[in-house]
Amino acid sequence: MLRFVVRRLVGMAIVLFVVSILVFLIFNVIPNSPPAQRLAGKNATPTLVKSIEEEWGFDESLPVQYVTMMKNVFTGELTSYSPRIPVDEQIEEGIPATFSLSIGAGIIWLTFGLILGYLAATRAGGWLDRALTGVAIAGISIPVFLLAPVLIYFLTYKLEIFPNGGYVPLTEDPWEWLTHLILPWFTLAVLSIGFYSRVLRSNMLDVMNEDYVRTARAKGLSERRVMTRHVLRNSLIPVVTLFGLDFGATIAGTAIITEVLFNIDGVGLYAAESIKRVELPPIMGVTLYGAFFVVFVNTLVDVAYAYLDPRVRLGASAR
Amino acid sequence: MSAPPLLSVRDLRVGFATEGGLLQAVDGVSFDLEAGEVLAIVGESGSGKSVTAQTIIGLTRSKNSRIEGSVKLDGEELVEADDAAMRRLRGERIAMIFQDPMTSFNPVYRIGNQIVEAIRAHIGEKVEKAEARRRVVELFESVGIPDAERRVDDYPHEFSGGMRQRAMIAMALALEPEVLIADEPTTALDVTIQAQILRLLEDLNREHGLATILITHDLGIVAEVADRVLVMYAGRIVEQGTLDEIFYDPQHPYTWGLMGSLTRLDRPRPHRLPQIPGQPPSLVDLPGGCPFRPRCPHEFSKCTEYPGLEARLAEAPDHRDRCWLTPEQKREKRQVEGQIGLEAPG
Amino acid sequence: MRNGDGPWRLALRRFLGNRLAVAFLGLFFLVVVFVLAAPLWANHVAHSGPNATHTLEKLHVDGETREVVTPEGKPIGPQWFEAGGKFFLGADSRLGRDEMVRLMYGGRVSLFVGVVSGLITTTLAVILGLLAGYYRGWIDAVIARTLDVLWSLPVLLIGIALGISLAVGGLKIGPVELSGGSIWVPILVISIFSTPYVARPLRGQVMALGEKEFVEAAIAQGAGPLRVMFAEILPNLASTIIVFFTLNIANNMLFEAALSFLGAGVQPPNSSWGTMISVGVELLTTQPLLAIIPGAMIMLTVLSLNIVGDGLRDALDPRSKVRLEARTGMAEPEGAAV
Repeated sequence: MLRFVVRRLVGMAIVLFVVSILVFLIFNVIPNSPPAQRLAGKNATPTLVKSIEEEWGFDESLPVQYVTMMKNVFTGELTSYSPRIPVDEQIEEGIPATFSLSIGAGIIWLTFGLILGYLAATRAGGWLDRALTGVAIAGISIPVFLLAPVLIYFLTYKLEIFPNGGYVPLTEDPWEWLTHLILPWFTLAVLSIGFYSRVLRSNMLDVMNEDYVRTARAKGLSERRVMTRHVLRNSLIPVVTLFGLDFGATIAGTAIITEVLFNIDGVGLYAAESIKRVELPPIMGVTLYGAFFVVFVNTLVDVAYAYLDPRVRLGASAR
Repeated sequence: MSAPPLLSVRDLRVGFATEGGLLQAVDGVSFDLEAGEVLAIVGESGSGKSVTAQTIIGLTRSKNSRIEGSVKLDGEELVEADDAAMRRLRGERIAMIFQDPMTSFNPVYRIGNQIVEAIRAHIGEKVEKAEARRRVVELFESVGIPDAERRVDDYPHEFSGGMRQRAMIAMALALEPEVLIADEPTTALDVTIQAQILRLLEDLNREHGLATILITHDLGIVAEVADRVLVMYAGRIVEQGTLDEIFYDPQHPYTWGLMGSLTRLDRPRPHRLPQIPGQPPSLVDLPGGCPFRPRCPHEFSKCTEYPGLEARLAEAPDHRDRCWLTPEQKREKRQVEGQIGLEAPG
Repeated sequence: MRNGDGPWRLALRRFLGNRLAVAFLGLFFLVVVFVLAAPLWANHVAHSGPNATHTLEKLHVDGETREVVTPEGKPIGPQWFEAGGKFFLGADSRLGRDEMVRLMYGGRVSLFVGVVSGLITTTLAVILGLLAGYYRGWIDAVIARTLDVLWSLPVLLIGIALGISLAVGGLKIGPVELSGGSIWVPILVISIFSTPYVARPLRGQVMALGEKEFVEAAIAQGAGPLRVMFAEILPNLASTIIVFFTLNIANNMLFEAALSFLGAGVQPPNSSWGTMISVGVELLTTQPLLAIIPGAMIMLTVLSLNIVGDGLRDALDPRSKVRLEARTGMAEPEGAAV
């Protein structure tokens, strides 16, 4: 197991390195205009552009530029230029909101998805099963930017059941924190509940047809034991890994749009506002930290998968 | 006939509801299993042999299955027994091992773990995990798995095919059942390993008196270990008798086909590999009369009437078959190129 | 079932028997017709282009005078046919542009980006999949590693980064030069990031197909790699490619909408359904339709494509899905080893 973890960590380091190079290329190399000009943003004065050039070393060779960029990022020197605020501070401030949103939604969709999936699998062919199929297909197709405005318009404006967006820190007022997050959680979760329940249902139906489940019954195990120790345990493995990947993707993706629509003061909103103002350094920072986070979560997921499925960890082929 | 048979199956019928209609997998099967004997059930895929075996321990019970008839173990009726009673019986009184040992073990748990689970499911309160584990080590040794102490903690994919099947057998024996049902136990194994496993099954039968039902499509295996043989086709028994009776005096054309398709070292090589012509029938829409009629080169007018399973030889009252041909006709027609076989017409 | 029907005819018949898929295919075509009709509507009904502003204009309906945009900046609501079709869905913002016209033209952009990036992605994925799956070895290692890295990245984040970066700076690679506002920028961005999703499964399939005997036979007959890849393997991939292409368009449209919504996708003066939503969201409480209708259009199109894609998969490879409902009305039979 240890060897596996080490291998994965090395892999992670490589991918992170590649990510940083990618970001470097995206921001500094590929576009067809002077990089310092772009970084300076809207209020670019010639002096500002000159100082950026020096700070970032744009007159040096590419590899040196890369090293300078990474140094700037990791020593917290990355700043947006109008106004001058360090990017990492802004990101730190936004993390509680983003995590509250993503983790809450993740817990909701995983819990309900699993429960519904289990019920659908054990009652395969029934009305619940078919209803779930419909919900799942709809869920994949209803984009966040349709669901959210509809919910906001009807439930916060017309009916005033929920507060109209914004974020209240948990430490400030738990109840307000909760009520402000319910609609965003629901929006994020609804899209995935259908999908996850279908994944679990499909896995369970596959596993229930496996030979080892037949063996388990032939051994005389109770139906409950067969379902939990054998069917569920094996069906959950792909779900767990899928969830890990999805969760990382959510934080670094759908959450951004949700934060914008519900006006939640998280990292995503910060990124979106920077896009509007065409401020490149914050976007660079968010991209880097976001990508790092996702790669880290993916590695965790890999390790968890190996822990759950010994075939992976011992590198066995089916023999 | 002294003691009543250990296992007694009477007129067993098993049907499955499918998209295309009712699939009658087993259609009126009756047989007995005596204590200590090895009964082989032989047939192609689709003959109903596996379904019969699984139905004995109730594995085919579901919303879509229709089970009729009687299965009695020591006089106790199983077909109507409730699920809890069946669960207690599985593993404890009748144990079953399956064809593919790789997929028959759960890949994410250690093998010893899975056998301990079987033991504790039945006598959980009386046995501690450590004690159960010791029993598993003993079992491993008795089925010939070397380095048992260490291998108990291995995962299924760390075992070779033959070892896995031995482990399956060990698991089946863990609770000392009265009957062992082995469904194609060697089909997924290499030929050399096959012989070892068969040897093991034979020893278990001889030394422990373990009554065994051996299900296979391979007559070669049957010749090694069986006492009696049932030949199944399209969900019915078409011939049954002792090993010698079936091999030296087979009465049913399907049996001739099975025997003819065996290549033998002690005979001249046939210039064409013999086959049984045609395809196994669809079990949804069976034609009336003898089920083998569409593929039988010897079929004649009487075959439109469904033959009963009867003993037609005066000297062998327990050798039964479902073929209208007279014993003389059978003796003559089954000779193909100097050995027993099923000749294709023309 | 008639004899002699090739697999494509059979598949067509299976697809046509799937009423849900056929219905949504019809819906998709309606959407396409809708956006193609944009110039007709703009010229003959609304008498306005998508970017034409009408801030100070007034409509005269039934003797009533309505301002297209109130002095406070509130745009007029849906007129339906009251003004002869002008401002059918109202005005889009302070700029007083005809929302219906914008919806149609924006749809063209959304569909165009979705379909074209779908074509690029599928082509790239097929090439990469064929190369990696056929040659294996180091070619496969390089391709597979690259796809893995791309696939494990947060696609929206990096898509945003690339999108905005190129939007500001434009692109110049060799002879190819794109200005920042070109529509090809989001198309390119989306294509690149969509490719791993299609290329990875295709590569797997190519590898599986490569093991089959007909490939060995072709090689034994002296067929070169190009011939094997395109004449032997590719036809067997055809059904998978078709299904993936359809589903990929749906994904691309969602991706484009997300990028454009945030401002890192389609740039002004072009607009797509995604950009329309971001404009509309600011007026959500006064004119909710402005945000909801483009979103609904996206959903309808994506849903149709997903259902059609599922239907195609069922029609082309029915083994891949277990049916939910047996005709006898009972639940699916459990696996019974006969």
